[in-house]
Amino acid sequence: MKKIFSRPKSLKDVPFHYCPGCGHSVIHRLVCEVIDELGIQDNCIGVPPAGCAVLAYNYFDVDMCEAPHGRAAAVATGIKRMLPDRVVFTYQGDGDIAAIGTAETIHAANRGERVTSIFVNNAVYGMTGGQMAPTTLPGQVTTTSPGGRSPLRDGNPLDLSAMLALAAGSVYIERTTVANPKGVNRTKKAIRKAFQVQMEDKGFSLVEILSPCPTNWKMTPTASIHWVEETMSKIFPIQVIKDVA
Amino acid sequence: MSAKTLMRGTHVLGEAAIRSGCRAYFGYPITPQNELPEYMSSAFAKMPDAVFVQAESELASINMVIGASCTGARVMTSSSSPGVSLKQEGISYLAAMELPAVIVNMMRGGPGLGNIAPAQSDYFQATRGGGHGDYRVIVLAPAYGQEIADMTRQAFDLADKYRTPVMILGDGMMGQMMEPVIFPDPVDVNALPAKDWALTGAKDRPSRIIRSLWLDPPKEEELNWRLVRKYEVITEDITDQEIYLCDDAEIVIVAYGTAARIAKGAVHRVRSQGVKAGLYRPKTLWPFPSHELAAMSKDLHHILVFEMSAGQMVEDVRLSVEGRCPVSFYGRPGGVVSTPEEIAGVLNSLGANVVKKSA
Repeated sequence: MKKIFSRPKSLKDVPFHYCPGCGHSVIHRLVCEVIDELGIQDNCIGVPPAGCAVLAYNYFDVDMCEAPHGRAAAVATGIKRMLPDRVVFTYQGDGDIAAIGTAETIHAANRGERVTSIFVNNAVYGMTGGQMAPTTLPGQVTTTSPGGRSPLRDGNPLDLSAMLALAAGSVYIERTTVANPKGVNRTKKAIRKAFQVQMEDKGFSLVEILSPCPTNWKMTPTASIHWVEETMSKIFPIQVIKDVA
Repeated sequence: MSAKTLMRGTHVLGEAAIRSGCRAYFGYPITPQNELPEYMSSAFAKMPDAVFVQAESELASINMVIGASCTGARVMTSSSSPGVSLKQEGISYLAAMELPAVIVNMMRGGPGLGNIAPAQSDYFQATRGGGHGDYRVIVLAPAYGQEIADMTRQAFDLADKYRTPVMILGDGMMGQMMEPVIFPDPVDVNALPAKDWALTGAKDRPSRIIRSLWLDPPKEEELNWRLVRKYEVITEDITDQEIYLCDDAEIVIVAYGTAARIAKGAVHRVRSQGVKAGLYRPKTLWPFPSHELAAMSKDLHHILVFEMSAGQMVEDVRLSVEGRCPVSFYGRPGGVVSTPEEIAGVLNSLGANVVKKSA
């Protein structure tokens, strides 16, 4: 019998703590598959965020430095500048990267830091219990927008990836989803390309991944997948946002 | 040792940092310390292995410090009062993650935007941790150009030795003033002790994690007690002070940094007028050198604490003295710098009272 599927070497053999139907487990696996395929497990340093993925270092079997909330791009800058031949990535949620960490992210992109950001967008603050995020959709009910997000009162969803595309130092930015098998495959290709862009010393790269959060959306995992495909991706279209690699 | 050179305080600090093996500087412009990042940027431009980044904010710069420190590099950031407030988030994380780093605060008048004149109003912030959580930062307080050079070397060594952030607490005047200085020889960066915790990529070893989150309260408690034990060792090992003309003193003035130099001038003036005054100058502000002050206080008529603030270090003096002698305070907050004559006047009036009491 030939083994055709196994746990990536750079993914630790421990059960995930993530909720059923959450996208983080799939995305962790994809990042680790790419790390294995590029052969960079021993040459790679990751920066997890504050948020649901704060415990990412329990899963990624690479050197990792936890960042204060939102500051991953700055921490990654410090690491990469000291060790330019290592592959440095951040792993951040939408609250982390697109609200409290907006400044750090935009300026890291603008400086063209040779780092890669994995940006997991689930349109809510997950770990704190489902509050409104900068990415929450108009009308979306959260614990701090109980009547639904009102654009006049709460603003519209922030398209951070589009903003980062304007930065001169960003080289490759793509939005994907892990809500369906096709999206999973595309996400892996995007992560691989984002790492390669960094390894070729071209500039800042980022993959934004639309990811279901059944617990905080108060939906079944199946309904969550449909919501990503039918509603969320209308506001955040799946596309290559910038590619000058 | 270098030849004797005339340099301003900020440049002394920058040169001393480079000679101490500092190879990374991250900062954001703020007066009155801009000559330091300017010095680092010029010097590092000629050093291919050194990194200078002007960050978009103080927050970003202290977090770049975290990243660089993770890799094992000797790293520094600098700022002045309002900017150091912004760095407090990262300083708390550095303490929790047990990462070495050197942070310079050339204090200016506050609170708020305050002004750009020399002040000492960040003593509480510096010596009480400054950010959230149970932690302390080693705080070194130079008073002379030569001491800036020596304490900068000491700051990097202590940061590495104890894996903890170290602050050099100066003020705007110290940063600008030019004084003669002799630098120690540069350290060989490659000969510094290896950091077996640094993140360099998990090559031929298990992967490493540097973190500050411990969701399980007993684990967080364990971190806190480990820090406490470390702080006890630091307190035992490094407290330092200058004791000047205190042998026969009846009145001792306690002051640090620039204020101590003014106080020293005042001590000379009143001694010539017959008042037996001395100076006690803490060189480490945290840990505070309590022991020697407590020992001498039982023989003193009076202690005067002088600060360029509304009264902060005076609390540590009172905690040290524990009522063994009266402690009073004289200060000028807001960026006003007293003259030696002014402080001599205060000492003279206390001296007159002391004489009255003894008679």
